[in-house]
Amino acid sequence: MSEALVRLDGVSKRFDATAAIAEMTTTIMGGGITGLAGPDGAGKTTLLRLILGLLKPDSGTLSVCGRDPISEASEVRDLVAYMPQRFGLYEDLTVLENLSLYADLRAVIGEDRRSAFDRLLTFTSLAPFAGRIAGALSGGMKQKLGLACALIRTPRLLLLDEPTAGVDPVSRRELWRMVRTLTSEGIGVVWSTAYLEEAERCERVLLMNDGRLVYEGTPSEITSRMAGRSFHVRNAGERRRAVLAAAAKMPGVIDGVIQGANVRIVLAAGATPPSAEDFKGLSLEVVPTPPRFEDAFVNLLGSATPAVSRLPTAADPATRSAGPVIEARELTRRYGSFTAADRISFAIGRGEIFGLLGPNGAGKSTTFKMLCGLLRPTSGEARVAGLDVAVQTSAARNRLGYMAQKFSLYGDLSVAQNLEFFAGVYGLTGAGRRRAVERVTDAFGLKRYLDTNAGTLPAGYKQRLALSCAVMHEPPVLFLDEPTSGVDPLTRREFWAHINALVHSGVTVMVTTHFLDEAEYCDRIALIYRGRVIATGSPDDLKASVRTPALSDPTLEDAFIALVEADDQKAVA
Amino acid sequence: MMPLALQSTDRFRRIGALIRKETRQIIRDPSTIVIAVILPLTLLFLFGYGVSFDARRIEIGLVVEDPTPETGSFTASLTNSPLFAARTARDRHNFDSDLVAGRIDGIVILAANFAAQAARGDRAPIQVIVDGSDPNKATLVRNYLQGVWGNWLTQEAIARGERVTVPLTVVPRVWFNPELSSHHYLVPGSIAIILMLIGALLTALVVAREWERGTMEALLATPVGIIDILAGKLIPYFVLGMITMTLATGTALFLFKVPFRGSFAVLALMTAVFLTTALAQGLLISTLTRNQLVAAQSTMISAFLPSFFLSGFVFEIAGMPLSLRIISYAVPARYFVSGLQTLFLAGNVWSVIWPNLAGMAIIASIYITLTASKTKTRLD
Repeated sequence: MSEALVRLDGVSKRFDATAAIAEMTTTIMGGGITGLAGPDGAGKTTLLRLILGLLKPDSGTLSVCGRDPISEASEVRDLVAYMPQRFGLYEDLTVLENLSLYADLRAVIGEDRRSAFDRLLTFTSLAPFAGRIAGALSGGMKQKLGLACALIRTPRLLLLDEPTAGVDPVSRRELWRMVRTLTSEGIGVVWSTAYLEEAERCERVLLMNDGRLVYEGTPSEITSRMAGRSFHVRNAGERRRAVLAAAAKMPGVIDGVIQGANVRIVLAAGATPPSAEDFKGLSLEVVPTPPRFEDAFVNLLGSATPAVSRLPTAADPATRSAGPVIEARELTRRYGSFTAADRISFAIGRGEIFGLLGPNGAGKSTTFKMLCGLLRPTSGEARVAGLDVAVQTSAARNRLGYMAQKFSLYGDLSVAQNLEFFAGVYGLTGAGRRRAVERVTDAFGLKRYLDTNAGTLPAGYKQRLALSCAVMHEPPVLFLDEPTSGVDPLTRREFWAHINALVHSGVTVMVTTHFLDEAEYCDRIALIYRGRVIATGSPDDLKASVRTPALSDPTLEDAFIALVEADDQKAVA
Repeated sequence: MMPLALQSTDRFRRIGALIRKETRQIIRDPSTIVIAVILPLTLLFLFGYGVSFDARRIEIGLVVEDPTPETGSFTASLTNSPLFAARTARDRHNFDSDLVAGRIDGIVILAANFAAQAARGDRAPIQVIVDGSDPNKATLVRNYLQGVWGNWLTQEAIARGERVTVPLTVVPRVWFNPELSSHHYLVPGSIAIILMLIGALLTALVVAREWERGTMEALLATPVGIIDILAGKLIPYFVLGMITMTLATGTALFLFKVPFRGSFAVLALMTAVFLTTALAQGLLISTLTRNQLVAAQSTMISAFLPSFFLSGFVFEIAGMPLSLRIISYAVPARYFVSGLQTLFLAGNVWSVIWPNLAGMAIIASIYITLTASKTKTRLD
């Protein structure tokens, strides 16, 4: 933790009209992990590319290991290793061929090369797969190979651009272990991430938003500023969504999220915590809880009040009916000899939020697509609102709203035109269409953006628009595919406030996610791994199932890892 | 600073590694083989078999309004000609609808007074109606019919024992393509067009692919230089392009039986210069677009279309307006089409080959300089 590896002084970088990095001044030290945290579009990748000399700053000075990354590019690139997003591997070359290419490019030859290969293949446990084509590796193994290629020549500084995006928690934990080994050898690491709980584990953290540095320092320092302001509202159970909505309207509450059966709230500095009596006769308990890094980030981003949905909610919360609204019966999908989904079964009741959780490539999307009729199952049955999706596809689709992972609206149409278009797609005409468009415009507060092109909306409004289009026809069932991946925590909270309001009025929601804190909003979760459901239950049930004397208060991530590892052991046995 | 010798060994090692990598990708990626082998052969077959400017078996409707011995002998000379397939009728209206529908290419009418007029010899007593919607073919039909008519007149005269007074006899003697087979100049020309398309397409797609897959960013993060990247792309695809050329030349010689009168060494030299131009243009496109779809479309528009229209392959450059003639000097295929046609049909005619080689070399160096200046070891 001694020398300064990177110094930025007033560095700015613009792309067309938008500032990707605005007037940034900071120092990145060696010998530890510097977390570079922030939502998509915050400027994390731009910063890494500037450090490497892949982009030229518009103004300001930048020095890397005492050199200028533009005029001394090849020296800087000798000293700095970089793993880009998607790892930068040649997918049609084998593991060894990828390594050899980077060894030649970095002039690692002879005895050095043999020992580097030995060391890296052992370090990443890729030795048994040396002859395998990189494209055929799992996400976790690609990530390790990407790291090995970057480390061919031991660097002074290692830049990792979202190395854990879409990788399962087991591989993520392994990467942390490997990178810790590197820092103990004296290599400085910059680790960019959209996961705040990951940034919390770094020695130092640079917190970015909209191209600006909003915080730099140790995670614990900023977290400790939030001491005494975080509380759990316990035993909310079935009423937790109503409790969250009520808490959000209380004075002094700046943040609220659901965590299993509890509601976690954060207060403004100096505010008094709500008492149990404030929640009208519910037998609740308000207890202090240690602050998290995310609390601090939300506080920094400066939301005065937590998100409240203006969606009209039914007077009576929906009562759960007996019959399932969404049902998967032995759903199976094969591609040749590969089984992407293997006899997947579950049933989701009315007004329930059900999460499909699993690493990339586990079969989440396959299952999801079969349930909304985008993919025909090889065998088994998918039922939505009592209809067989494979047989009555269009009738079933009329009963469901679908929000895709990527922004899938027409970027060069205005908000009003997008709404009109989707209303038309769902067969709404005349007065019906006008009413539907008005309803969602009011509910999601889109009025002032009606004439703005969808592509230029702020991230939060894009999300609102996408949700508006999905619920235009008041579907009883809503499918959300990774709805908030890469968005900032405030937008994510607002989004969930809307979802909670919809569920309150009786809508059934199915969601895929790899954000574990997002999974906490679900009533029940199915953990999907290698095409099979390996566990189902409420977030609290899953946590309880892995509780041991050594791990008395497991997180959902702990539960995930324990369950996946247990399944791996079963597969070996 | 490293000593210079060590730096250049590093450079050769890097280029070698990039070439090895590229070669492995070529071998493992079926789409590259499709572009380098299947696409050129398909195009060559299309041009070779599908395009021909020789009219053969022209369908003619022959109207004989008043059959006499004279009309009989003319009909015989028409039907005996390998160029015509004639059907006969007594009334021109029988063929009207056939001509409109394109079932026949022309109508030849021998009027009722044919015998009398032919004997007097004062004016052409046959009427020829051709389908002007295809002017090329209409001219051909007219010219061929004139030939048949002239022949017939001479034969008739000889048969009658008259002395034929022909003041001037034109004996056509065609050099370089004595059979006047359009194949013989279309096939070498199409090889030039095909090689332009393939060469530009190969490099246009592969560099864009590296950008799309994010591997370019990983490459640039290493100490590679611009020369390494350019050489690592140009050399493997140069070899692949030369293989494509060998296949195309073999097809031209052995399948289409196009003669070859020049030397293969000159052919190889000219191909090498032209291929470099095509590959460099592809690299330039790819470097500017960084996207496979846009790169493929730009290649069609900027490499294939000008080569097709402005190379003299089909359309005579001399007959174009001045502005197009000037633009055509910037089209590398123009030089290669002319060079190839010369090599195949005439031989090593250096007075033609040198200027063509020079033209291509100038364009190639412009493209390479442009590409090198546009390729940065940066992303912006």
